[in-house]
Amino acid sequence: MNTATVSEDEGHQEHHDHGLSDFGYIKVAILLGVLTALEVATYFFDFGVVETPSLLILMVVKFQIVVSYFMHLKFDSKVFSYLFVTGLVLAMLVFAAMGTSMAFWQNPSGCDASAFC
Amino acid sequence: MADAAEAQTSEPAYGRTDWDDHHHLPTNTGLTNEKVTMWAFLGSDCLLFGALISTYLLSRNRVGPATRGPTAADLFDIPFTSVSSFVLLMSSMTMVLAVTSIQRAEMERCKMWLLTTAALGSIFIAGQVYEFTGFYREGLGFTTNLSSSAFFTLTGFHGVHVSLGIVMLVTMWALVTRGNIGPERAETIEIIGLYWHFVDIVWIVIFAVVYLIP
Amino acid sequence: MAMTEESPEILELESGETTPTTGVFARPTNASGWRAWFFTVDHKKIGIMYGVVAMFWFFWGGIEALLIRLQLFTPDGSVLTADQYNQIFTMHGTTMVFLVIMPLAAAFANYMVPLQIGARDVAFPRLNALGLWLFIFGGIFLNLSWFLGGGPDGGWFAYAPNTGVTYSPGNGMDFYALGLQIVGIASLVGSMNLIVTIVNMRAPGMTMLRMPVFTWMILVVQFLLLFALPVITVALVLLSFDRTFDANFFNVAMGADPLLWQHLFWIFGHPEVYILILPSFGIVSETLPVFSRKPLFGYAVIVISGAAIGFMGWGVWAHHMFVSGLGPVGVAAFSATTMFIAVPTGVKILNWIATMWGGNIRFTVPMMFSVSLVSMFTIGGLSGVMHAVAPADTQQTDTYFIVAHFHYVLFGGALMGLFAGMYYWWPKAFGYKLKESLGKWHFWLVLVGFNMTFGPMHILGLQGMARRHSRYGPEDGFDFWNAVVTIGAFVILVGMIVFAVNIVRTWLGYKAGTIPQAPADPWDGRTLEWAIPSPPPEHNFDYVPVVTDLDDFWYKKYQPDETGKLRKIADGNDIAQKGDQHPHLPSASYWPIVLAAGFPLIALGLIYNLWLSGIGLLLMLGSIFGWSLEPATDPDAGHDGHRDGHDPDLNDTDGSDAEIVEEAPVG
Repeated sequence: MNTATVSEDEGHQEHHDHGLSDFGYIKVAILLGVLTALEVATYFFDFGVVETPSLLILMVVKFQIVVSYFMHLKFDSKVFSYLFVTGLVLAMLVFAAMGTSMAFWQNPSGCDASAFC
Repeated sequence: MADAAEAQTSEPAYGRTDWDDHHHLPTNTGLTNEKVTMWAFLGSDCLLFGALISTYLLSRNRVGPATRGPTAADLFDIPFTSVSSFVLLMSSMTMVLAVTSIQRAEMERCKMWLLTTAALGSIFIAGQVYEFTGFYREGLGFTTNLSSSAFFTLTGFHGVHVSLGIVMLVTMWALVTRGNIGPERAETIEIIGLYWHFVDIVWIVIFAVVYLIP
Repeated sequence: MAMTEESPEILELESGETTPTTGVFARPTNASGWRAWFFTVDHKKIGIMYGVVAMFWFFWGGIEALLIRLQLFTPDGSVLTADQYNQIFTMHGTTMVFLVIMPLAAAFANYMVPLQIGARDVAFPRLNALGLWLFIFGGIFLNLSWFLGGGPDGGWFAYAPNTGVTYSPGNGMDFYALGLQIVGIASLVGSMNLIVTIVNMRAPGMTMLRMPVFTWMILVVQFLLLFALPVITVALVLLSFDRTFDANFFNVAMGADPLLWQHLFWIFGHPEVYILILPSFGIVSETLPVFSRKPLFGYAVIVISGAAIGFMGWGVWAHHMFVSGLGPVGVAAFSATTMFIAVPTGVKILNWIATMWGGNIRFTVPMMFSVSLVSMFTIGGLSGVMHAVAPADTQQTDTYFIVAHFHYVLFGGALMGLFAGMYYWWPKAFGYKLKESLGKWHFWLVLVGFNMTFGPMHILGLQGMARRHSRYGPEDGFDFWNAVVTIGAFVILVGMIVFAVNIVRTWLGYKAGTIPQAPADPWDGRTLEWAIPSPPPEHNFDYVPVVTDLDDFWYKKYQPDETGKLRKIADGNDIAQKGDQHPHLPSASYWPIVLAAGFPLIALGLIYNLWLSGIGLLLMLGSIFGWSLEPATDPDAGHDGHRDGHDPDLNDTDGSDAEIVEEAPVG
């Protein structure tokens, strides 16, 4: 923790860390707060048919912002993105298939226990 | 054959000699093992929460002859949960500030932000405990019905993740205070931060999918 | 370990200097005896322990299989009661999948992957030890059920709600759910460790497409584990909560859908099938080129098809559920994906055959086992394609045809490959070859016994003999083939006894000096593990190997002459490293085994008394604390303290220096 280490460390930061400034992160947080307020607004006002899609879009945007900026994925090595996105996409595909199968394909009408279905 | 004989005597035929205690090889990717591990773990955790969230979604509206009591969705207090969601979101911001502080070697500021993050996390957990006890008083226990089991399991798993994160943050604060972690190990804080942000994004999904979408 | 002997004087030298990250307790320093094994973090010792423990469970699972076969030897068998039969077949499957084939693959992965990529150890040696001990304690915990009221009795797939408290009131299924949880954590820890090792610690010049196929397949398997285990974790948690805390996940009266368990289990379970088979595919992709003295035919294709199997393995799980009421759309969709996955597997088979084609084949025992994998797995694979045809599958489900199919892929495929790996790498790990003569007896007995056992099951299955039934009647007409099957099972037993005799006799012979010491490169190998002495020194490589080719070691020995024919330019044993350096290695540690011991205590507590869980939790927390305060490499143990002398511009900040950077707090 002597000064030599510190300055050396700062020199090192410059080439690998292209994140935002502190103020930049605060701005991102404010944006996230606003998006959350928008989400919560759907509870107080009726948005009709656009409510669910807009909530999903807001969720994805917030998710994306936190992952890209707070978790640095936008600035960091692609290896991290591959690892994380593989898990994320796999989870979405697999559980979407499972949910579809269980919610829509199972026990269709006109199908009794003896039939092949 | 001459090659082999030569190889034995001079330089080793098979390898480079600059690999001793003080010259560790750089990693192939140039990334540290620890950070790659954390991202791999987070990728894996996506599947864990994916399974839990889909279990909840597939269970919440199913009823059988023995179903009793309210569903979890009947009892949601959206304004209250919105506040605690906001608190968790802000804890992500303080976490990122802790990381940038230690990267600039501002240890006092880093300690302050670490504690703030832990405190915000604790507020979130306190809110969850309050919410759970409220549900219980209104007749929705863990065993009441299918939706309650699924709801408490999902949010409980998330709560355990947050609690582990708080323990890690406090540990980091102690290690920074004791001087075990200096600016040269800023990445340790960054890795804890990754975990913390992940817990936050899981809550972003839970808040939208479980609480808000009707 | 050699350098620990110097430690007293070093200690004195450094006694005045306090390092802030010193552990709370003294570290284990024994270089020999049981302590050298229990507290080791050396990937080679850990690999051997995985293998030894897995072979013990193999013996145990084999006894269970023989009990099943004795019961079914004659109609109306009376060896076991129906209840005992349920427990035995459940534990036979669970043991063979989770405690035999997975850890045997882990044994090879731990031992061979660092050697094949030219590394001195895995990325996190202590996490590696933690994985081993979690596996060992998990296996013991699972089998404790035999002594505490009976084993699990719901099948290795544990279909809920059949495994709920109502239909399985004993504690067996609790042991199953919690035991698999522990073994699962072991695999998860191991998978992250090996992924990072392979991604980050390859020798200079070893690009991804110069990696040996075995390492590639292990990488694919670790990714499958990484992403599949959380799903079974959730499924087991739901089951445990149902059983222990009266949750309602599988309570049909509350509206639960029993198919939820089946989906979650098979979303894990089908990648698991590839987790079991791909390591063996990797092993034969090493042995076939070596013993055919030809490069692997279509290296890139084999690697890509392996990765493709890994990906496609996620889209076929519901073919295990064709008769569960999946609905016609689901059945059609999963039927189609299942047929597609046969393509990359078939590609591999063709590549192996093309590797052998025109080769200068040496029929050593590892080669014989490898060839038998190719042929036996093909049979199992073809009956697998039959199951992809849903109408046929409806006929075959729950019959012995299915039993025949998965034994052809898991015994004829996975296990044959693992045996090939044992004979192939035995000289590397222990310094002497197993006897070829006894090995051939072992091979032929196992091959004949295997086909006698599982071949007739195809016929029995098509005749309609149902799985999981503890009896059949004399009127069923199943007598003859069942008798053949049981005799076949005992032929396998004889083969395995020959294997055990082989191990003991060669070991005694080696001790007595009648079995020669194996050289560094006994098979004229192609990959880096043959470029170091047999057995490898603790630090593996004296010098970091610099890789310029796929099969680099081979091209150090053979180069094309003017006419383009390969000529031998060097003998592998001459150019191999000598193993005479003494670098600073990660030090042994108490914490992995202590931390792992907390898990079975917590699990026992969940079944019997929560106070026990409290003790386990305290043990865990304490050891995590001790673990994180202890540097990975004892600063007192080596040549110097490692606190100074680092080149500031070299890797200090990039963290490849595992000795200073604390491990990420994930385990």
